Amino acid sequence: MNAPLAPPPARGCRDTPVLKERGQREVFCGLTGIIWLHRKMQDAFFLVVGSRTCAHLLQSAAGVMIFAEPRFGTAILEEKDLAGLADANDELDREVARLIARRPDIRQLFLVGSCPSEVIKLDLARAAERLSVAHAPHVRVLAYSGSGIETTFTQGEDACLAAMVPTLPATDAPGLLVVGALPDVVEDQMRALLAALGIASVATLPARRADALPAVGPQTRVLLAQPFLGDTLAALERRGAVHLPAPFPFGEEGTTRWLAAAAAAFDVPAERFAAATDAPRARARKAVAAAAAPLAGRSVFFFPDSQLEVPLARFLARECAMQPIEVGTPYLHGAILGPDLDLLPEGPALSEGQDVDRQLDRARAARPDLTVCGLGLANPLEAEGLATKWAIELVFSPVHFYEQAGDLAALFARPLRRRAALGALRGQPEAGDPA
Amino acid sequence: MKLALWTYEGPPHVGAMRVATGMQGLHYVLHAPQGDTYADLLFTMIERRGARPPVTYTTFQARDLGSDTARLFKDACAEAHARFRPEALIVGASCTAELIQDDPGGLAEALGLPVPVIPLELPSYQRKENFGADETFLQIVRALARPAARTPEPSCNILGPTGLGFRHRDDVAEIAGLLREMGVAVNVAAPMGARPSDIARMGAAWFNVLLYPETGESAARWCERELGQPWTRTVPIGVGATRAFIAEVQRLAGATAEPDASRLRLPWWSSSVDSTYLTGKRVFVFGDATHAMAAARVARDEIGFEVVGLGCYNREFARPMRTLARELGLEALVTDDYLEVEAAIAALQPELILGTQMERHIGKRLGIPCAVISAPVHVQDFPARHSPQMGFEGANVLFDTWIHPLVMGLEEHLLHMFREDFEFHDAAGPSHHAAHAVPLARAAAAPPPAAGAGSIPGPAAPPEMPPEVSPEPEPAPRGPAEVVWLADAETELRKIPFFVRGKARRNTEIFARDRGIARIGIDTLYEAKAHYAR
Ligand code: SF4
Repeated sequence: MNAPLAPPPARGCRDTPVLKERGQREVFCGLTGIIWLHRKMQDAFFLVVGSRTCAHLLQSAAGVMIFAEPRFGTAILEEKDLAGLADANDELDREVARLIARRPDIRQLFLVGSCPSEVIKLDLARAAERLSVAHAPHVRVLAYSGSGIETTFTQGEDACLAAMVPTLPATDAPGLLVVGALPDVVEDQMRALLAALGIASVATLPARRADALPAVGPQTRVLLAQPFLGDTLAALERRGAVHLPAPFPFGEEGTTRWLAAAAAAFDVPAERFAAATDAPRARARKAVAAAAAPLAGRSVFFFPDSQLEVPLARFLARECAMQPIEVGTPYLHGAILGPDLDLLPEGPALSEGQDVDRQLDRARAARPDLTVCGLGLANPLEAEGLATKWAIELVFSPVHFYEQAGDLAALFARPLRRRAALGALRGQPEAGDPA
Repeated sequence: MKLALWTYEGPPHVGAMRVATGMQGLHYVLHAPQGDTYADLLFTMIERRGARPPVTYTTFQARDLGSDTARLFKDACAEAHARFRPEALIVGASCTAELIQDDPGGLAEALGLPVPVIPLELPSYQRKENFGADETFLQIVRALARPAARTPEPSCNILGPTGLGFRHRDDVAEIAGLLREMGVAVNVAAPMGARPSDIARMGAAWFNVLLYPETGESAARWCERELGQPWTRTVPIGVGATRAFIAEVQRLAGATAEPDASRLRLPWWSSSVDSTYLTGKRVFVFGDATHAMAAARVARDEIGFEVVGLGCYNREFARPMRTLARELGLEALVTDDYLEVEAAIAALQPELILGTQMERHIGKRLGIPCAVISAPVHVQDFPARHSPQMGFEGANVLFDTWIHPLVMGLEEHLLHMFREDFEFHDAAGPSHHAAHAVPLARAAAAPPPAAGAGSIPGPAAPPEMPPEVSPEPEPAPRGPAEVVWLADAETELRKIPFFVRGKARRNTEIFARDRGIARIGIDTLYEAKAHYAR
């Protein structure tokens, strides 16, 4: 039998005042979600209607050209599309028809709005309806916006999933719906855990294929696998589904409490819960202990990136003995993050939004032992002597549930281990670099 | 509307960023939404810069539209000036801000800042990255450079190097050294490394050395007109071009000193017997026009390759590109659609590709080795060591990097001799280049990477990630539908080493088609071999 979970801290962060910033933001836009969503939905194509900038962003975020013909692309608006919306719609219909003809494997097409398409008021929702009719039943066309004027990084996934909710079939049967794209290997582990609890009906959104869409109704209980899915949750609630608030499944504690929320909703007996979780909990504790030694007693500072910051700070504080100094997040959804805020011990400053130069000033003053930030800030901070962890790796790597708990701690520990390994060899960029 | 899957060039404001980031003491205020800040990582990750690009983005949001995006821009400008104290500001709009028409130039002007404010008009929906860099540099030079008394001794400016340029750092060092040996001082190298105050004194140079026409030609032309400075027309990539460049500089500077050519090794490396096997190797060349044209000349005249395909992605230089291609008996491929480039490579089945990172990936899929000669860049294109493309050392580097992906001379013979030997099996590839030619069968068997499961590395991820090898088997026999390979001929074909197999397949099909042979048997294969034997 495992040790019981540690009690919540005397005072959590739920009532900590949040510093709201409205200055320059150094974050990706929602288009970036396409990089992982297209891998998850293997019969979907994501067509951004945007500019050369949008195409360049996707290419830069993907880092290298991974696929011969990727299942995402950008319909680049040209001068003549800006002149007349009627023409732009005709052009879009033509590009979509050509694409569908060339890619018969595509069953779902997402028209993804961008800043330029939003500013010129190109109505992609209407276009999606029109194109859905034109290409039914083979291809279903949906629209959402991943534009930078409306969405920050992971909010793109939220917008995408929220757009899918109205198309989900209705059901009156009870069931658990887990929302948020997870790597397949992690999703399989999660299903095995829920099956071990005896929860029979488990569905996921997004599904791997268009013909496996989950059904939703008043008996549906929703667990979020990711914290950035506020709009999707609201859309599901409009369909009658009921949210199960829980901490997010990072680390041994987060995973256990997340599963406990499901267990409570489906009346899983305590013995059964213990039988299903005792062994993986012990494994996870051991793995975290093995990886987290370099983290103990160290301070950490989060720049806003993915909205995973609060649950990750909770994991680092409660399971890795780190001390969060500032937890910045692009958007702080109180209802969704409440259980994590309750567990995050009082102390760190919370900030929402960004004013990047001011936040850099705060980080420089605090000199954290580890700074979690975006790729644009990491090397410049390293050059100033701060150890950094790229936030994007936390989104692109399997980090959820018991079997990844040790890996998650290791991701944070690696920059510190690397510093120790390099010892006195502290590299500096060339003097020629602008200071 | 045009569908793009992968692009060779970013938007024009990224070109402006390459100028701003290369310079010092200059700041760029860019009216743009938050997502456009991705461009910072190109410089901090790919180029490993230790400072953020000197760019302030206004990051306006939907709620600001229609209310006060102009105010946001003015505040951002004033704050950027107060915080960074630049010698000059450049201001402009990205694609989205261009649509809301806030007039960044006018707004910044109205602030009455105590430094020059240079407005940029970069049409995002018509032009691309190279244009953006070229135009930005031109505007900076126009705004700041003034006629000045010439230096007493011969001097020049070096024009064109930018942040995120393909080997610009090393080329500038190499060419500056060459000029020094000739008794020509470098007055200013710009934009990379220069401050606005350096731009102001460009007029003191006798002439300009234009290293990168893509990013510096407009400025060179302006200086010729306004400052009376002639400029060099030869880009010194390769032995012949470097010698022609030296002669040009001697003419412009009246200098007589000869640079030290003792470190030039390409001619002997190319002449020594091990290089015999390079003779007539079929290469496909693609990149920006300047690098591609230079590479084609070096490939033909200095390494003894046969150039079978040549092209560039920047239409601005289509004319000289087409002229050179005609000289080589080819039709230039001028396109920014990488699918067209891939189709051309697949049809030509060259033995080596000299291209960009895009062609490197195409080559991986088709099993054709590739050496990178041009932007767009990747973290690999910023090596720790000195690795120029220009000048004498640059020629040495070209020889090494182009030959490296190929099978070595004697090794090629051994592969022929022992082709059935288990250690020399097809997929083994060159012994010194383990990551090349990942066995296709293994790649095909590997499951596709899990969603979001580290299959999407950041820009600095190891470049040889297995997922990059697309799970496709070797390309199916190409050629007209009426030509069929019989099983025994197909088996025989497979005994031919992989690096010549594509050529053998293609030649045999052409041979068969020309003679109206519909079914290729072993005999056809060997008749074709005899026919094409050199
Ligand atoms: S911020 Fe807007 S314009 Fe920029 S890449 Fe994202 S969607 Fe495109």
